[in-house]
Amino acid sequence: MNDQRRGTLRLAGALALAALLKPFAALAAWNQAAFASKSSADALKSLGTASAESSGQILIEAPQIAENGAVVPIEVTSNIPGTTSLAVLVEKNPYPLVAKFDFKEGALPFVKINAKMGETSDVRVVAMAGGKAYQATKEIKVTIGGCGG
Amino acid sequence: MAGPMKMRATLSGGNTDVRVLMSHPMATEQQTKGKPHFIQNLTVKVNGKTVIEGEISQAVSRNPVFSFRLKGGAKGDKIEVSWLDNKGDTNKTETAVA
Repeated sequence: MNDQRRGTLRLAGALALAALLKPFAALAAWNQAAFASKSSADALKSLGTASAESSGQILIEAPQIAENGAVVPIEVTSNIPGTTSLAVLVEKNPYPLVAKFDFKEGALPFVKINAKMGETSDVRVVAMAGGKAYQATKEIKVTIGGCGG
Repeated sequence: MAGPMKMRATLSGGNTDVRVLMSHPMATEQQTKGKPHFIQNLTVKVNGKTVIEGEISQAVSRNPVFSFRLKGGAKGDKIEVSWLDNKGDTNKTETAVA
């Protein structure tokens, strides 16, 4: 058996396993499909949270107007009991999915990140709680884009 | 390539606030003509137990700063944050809750 074929088989096996484990985000796994998606709908599908219900229990704290799109502080809190993950998406970025966090026993569903925004856009946050997806959005206006550099 | 990290963990209102800074270019595809360089995974551990796992994209700002909140906690708890980027570079830092 040649080595290349063996390597290919092993890779295929690893990918299949990764696909199985995807909802639980195995250690050091990175959801290539979700992060490479060019629309937030595709990204959410890859995260397994395509049909999210709107919720007032997800709080997004961010400036209404961000002067510098290279550093936009976004603070997210979920008050939904049993929240296990939070995903942050900037709808109009080339790749909308910015970050996804899994919270285990001992962590509160809160995170603050600095994100780049190419232009004025809705920021969408999707929370998973008890196997269901919930979402909230907030528009942030950007005066100078931060993706091109 | 792995620059220094800074972290602070403080007790506040019965919970632990963690603030961590990572030195990383977080270069996007557009900035590098198709060779992005960015952190992909980060892990937060308390006393050796994983509590938060994050996956992030090139759209996180350069030299990223993250804030997290941990349930409860006590002075002296050991907090460890580590990251892994798309080129296999990795770094970690550890601090005790003050």
